[in-house]
Amino acid sequence: MGDAMWAGTVSLAGHGGDAIEAYLARPLDPGSYGAVVVIHHMPGYDEATKEITRKLGAHGYLAVCPNLYSREAPGASPDDAAATARALGGVPDQRLVGDVAGAVEYLRSLEGANGKVATIGHCSGGRQSFLAACSLALDAAVDCYGAFVVSPPPADSPLRIGPILHLASDLSCPLLGLFGADDKYPSPAEVRELEAALSEHRKVFEFHTYEGAGHAFFAVDRPAYRPEAARDGWDAIWSFFARHLAA
Amino acid sequence: MCTYRTTVLDVRGSGKGAQGWFPVTRATVYLDHPVHAPYEHALNVDLLNPDLGAGARVALELDPASARALAESILSALAAAPAGLVAAELHEEP
Repeated sequence: MGDAMWAGTVSLAGHGGDAIEAYLARPLDPGSYGAVVVIHHMPGYDEATKEITRKLGAHGYLAVCPNLYSREAPGASPDDAAATARALGGVPDQRLVGDVAGAVEYLRSLEGANGKVATIGHCSGGRQSFLAACSLALDAAVDCYGAFVVSPPPADSPLRIGPILHLASDLSCPLLGLFGADDKYPSPAEVRELEAALSEHRKVFEFHTYEGAGHAFFAVDRPAYRPEAARDGWDAIWSFFARHLAA
Repeated sequence: MCTYRTTVLDVRGSGKGAQGWFPVTRATVYLDHPVHAPYEHALNVDLLNPDLGAGARVALELDPASARALAESILSALAAAPAGLVAAELHEEP
């Protein structure tokens, strides 16, 4: 397999058929590839998330990141768009599921797609990755420190979302969860509660909680970056996708 | 961590953003990860005008001690104003 890749902006049909902006990275060699929807974090459709999308492309996956703020702030810079979305209360869950469903259909339609699709998200995107996997027929999902799966947001948060633990019985695919032991959103106790719910419903999951790591330990451009946890986490992701996204 | 705690309030005034001056109508205040400031967490303030689009924004990311000092300076400047100078504005309904 060669390592040539294409990456750039595309348009896809999201929730309600709305045309939304998205960032695609894909290998150029003819072949059969698994696919991944990258769900960006609350700071938006930013450079860091596009880098994650390209990393997936470089590892031989068709990867697309929909801009979840396409409607609130078309054409705006990612930080301005994120500020607007925050003031408006974040992305409604139903619309998120519709946008991810559109991204899944888009990926399955690409030349070389083997039909297998996963989601991955960090922070708010981690929760949304779990939400998508409980709402859509997927082949794998990765939740990196997603908050508010088990507990609601703080009372003074404008986020119009609630806990989604009750959806655990609907999880459609294996779930990989990557968490920091020092995180408070989600706390290790919340992670254990999620584990218990998944066990109760006999779901396939694999959780790793890293000591010495807190929230956002994958973020190479933030002080929270923890290289050892991030490296091990990426290895877990590659192994997980190799098992669940192969044709 | 992402704290997600955000205060949203209506404001009146003007701000200077990337496209020049514009009327600001809304502010959000939150302690969370900054986009640019080299801190794990910052006190972030966005002064916005949603009617003018996402780009109508003046953004601040301050280390918490700076944010507290700024807030106290704002309050003391208002408190030190001669009687009658700002009282009318302070008591006027937006």
